[in-house]
Amino acid sequence: MKVKKGLSLAMVTVIAAAMLAACGSSGKNGTEGAGNGGGSGSSLPVIKIASQSPLSGGSSIQGEAIKLGGQMALEERQDEFKQLGFDLQFVPYDDQGDSKKGVANAELIGADKSVLAVLGHLNSGVTIPSSVVYEKYSIPMVTPASTATEVTDRKLKAVDRIVARDDFQGPAGAEYAVKTAGAKNIFIIQDQTAYGKGLADSFQTAVKGLGATVSGYEGITVGDKDFSGVLNQVLSKKPDFIFFGGMYNEGGLIVKQAREKGITAPIMGGDAIDSSGMVDIAGDKLTDVAYSSVSTDITKSNKDWADKYTQKFKKNPENYSAYAYDAMNVILDGVKKAIGDNGGKLPSREQARDAIRATTDFQGVATKVSFDDKGDNKFAKVFIYKFDGPKYPGELISEVDPK
Amino acid sequence: MISEIIQTLPQVLVDGLALGAVYAVVAIGYTMVYGILEFINFAHGEIFMTGAFVGTAALFLFRSAGWLGGMPGWTAYLLVFMIAMLFTGVMGVGIERVAYRPLRKAPKLISFISAIGVSFLLQDIVRFIADLRTGNFLVTGITLYGGNLKVATSSVWHVFDDAFIKTNTVIVLAAAVLLMIGLDFFVNRTKWGVAMRAVAQDRETASLMSVNVNRVIALTFFIGSALGGGTGVLFAQQYGTIDPYIGFTLGMKAFTAAVLGGIGNIRGAMFGGLLIGLIEMFASANLGIITGGSFGAEYKDVVSFLILIVVLIFKPEGLLGRAVKEKV
Repeated sequence: MKVKKGLSLAMVTVIAAAMLAACGSSGKNGTEGAGNGGGSGSSLPVIKIASQSPLSGGSSIQGEAIKLGGQMALEERQDEFKQLGFDLQFVPYDDQGDSKKGVANAELIGADKSVLAVLGHLNSGVTIPSSVVYEKYSIPMVTPASTATEVTDRKLKAVDRIVARDDFQGPAGAEYAVKTAGAKNIFIIQDQTAYGKGLADSFQTAVKGLGATVSGYEGITVGDKDFSGVLNQVLSKKPDFIFFGGMYNEGGLIVKQAREKGITAPIMGGDAIDSSGMVDIAGDKLTDVAYSSVSTDITKSNKDWADKYTQKFKKNPENYSAYAYDAMNVILDGVKKAIGDNGGKLPSREQARDAIRATTDFQGVATKVSFDDKGDNKFAKVFIYKFDGPKYPGELISEVDPK
Repeated sequence: MISEIIQTLPQVLVDGLALGAVYAVVAIGYTMVYGILEFINFAHGEIFMTGAFVGTAALFLFRSAGWLGGMPGWTAYLLVFMIAMLFTGVMGVGIERVAYRPLRKAPKLISFISAIGVSFLLQDIVRFIADLRTGNFLVTGITLYGGNLKVATSSVWHVFDDAFIKTNTVIVLAAAVLLMIGLDFFVNRTKWGVAMRAVAQDRETASLMSVNVNRVIALTFFIGSALGGGTGVLFAQQYGTIDPYIGFTLGMKAFTAAVLGGIGNIRGAMFGGLLIGLIEMFASANLGIITGGSFGAEYKDVVSFLILIVVLIFKPEGLLGRAVKEKV
């Protein structure tokens, strides 16, 4: 009996050790950023810029792109800040695409007095609750990806974004659907998230305004793998166009399963399916899929930059990488200006916040930036792309300028 | 409204049967353990998930070793299936040995909590390994049979639309039926099956009749877990993409199926699984049509559970279960 107990105990110990090892390695991940450029051991005052994006989980491809883009911009300018007398550091946080985790991280960021600004988030559903915390601590946040209208409609002082809003993206998509693709009978599927439903709703209003009919409006659950139920409804409604508001995990599966069911109608999604993950999931079933995106195809519009990125990180840039790079530069310009206004001394968070909001005519690698009084970028464009075959990114069809 | 429902019925049936077959085989795992130990092995959904990952990993391994091009698809399928079944079978026995057997004399609630602990542990271990290997725990595997067959149901009755059925769906159905028939035969016709039923009936008396109770329980866990793991492979092949959390919802549905059919009853689990699959598919395809758009496909799970509740109110022992008057 003793031997048996001993055996159980030994196995439990092994499991516990394995878990500790797991924790150890993730802990290492967390401090990795703090080590960047901090190795000098000098006693310069530290300025930290945090980033929050999903580094694990379903959206980690896009989340990591945001982290790496920000990291690239920051590392390029570390020397510049050293000359100003500051030790500039990058602290990436993993929000897991989960609002609870995002808010918890935001509290940690707020408690760290040396953090002056935040780059992030990817998901609007995480940005919205987390930004309440940033506002409380007056930490400026610039998002390179969140598109929900509510992000800036609350007129928070700390919240800025450099990409287009959903109420611009939805109508731009609707214009493509009705005028370019000639859709008359549209089926809408959305994933019940702040982002997916918001986008689907603004698309629906716009297509109705353009004279098309919406024959179905269905919800799905994030994390599901089987969408045959919804697709069987599509089969019975026989639409000539399908719109999907949601992320690429579900989007990829919906495209794949739709094509397997013999549904040939064009499918369209928003910027959240602007990911190479679509190719991985849908594979050769990825045909006739359009998507509106708030990001330009950086590998074409600025190839030099894209090559530099590939060289540095040994992986191809996602489109958000370039926007994260620009957002980080907007942040750093703001911080630098705040330092100048403060007579070369470490500025307060409020000063950094106001300097970032005052950004005008900043020219980045992907977009030009001027913030309006809500924190939206006046120059943000929407781009329409199309996948035809398993190749990312899709082909750029048109650019829609802000009205 | 009715015509729309009838039109898609063949497709709904095909999809519902495929999903139901997966539920049914997983439900058997719950029901077997319950039948013998009278406790719910809540880690079973995660064993299913582990099977999906092991199978996918094995396929990736085959490809990187360059074997995949050399062997016919069905050999690869069978091999992967066997590997996943063996792995999860052994894992199931290990889990029983470490997490349940030391607690067998303890109150039922204690082993129940232990099972939940194991299920979280498995989720995170798989997530950790997948994250480490691929940088993303959402894994898209290699689909062996991605082909599509058209079933000309419209020629049977002109009101029907044609149904599309994946080659893999046929494999899922065939594999599920074979597994279920094999198990039924094993439990009812072999010496070990007799021993299993004896232990289920009365553990103490069975042990007095020189039945090695521990070994029978280990065997039960092996078979139940192997079935779960094999189904994981079928699932991964059917839907292409897997993540460490697929076990939870699917496990819940399969458990529901087991209860619906009468928990402890193997044929009941099969029946319950198929029924839940069909109901779920029908609900997600037609809820919007029936309710005029006020409830959509996202409420499909509620319907399955509502039906479960109704059945339990009027026939608490489940559809195929017998009312327990004494401990059998």
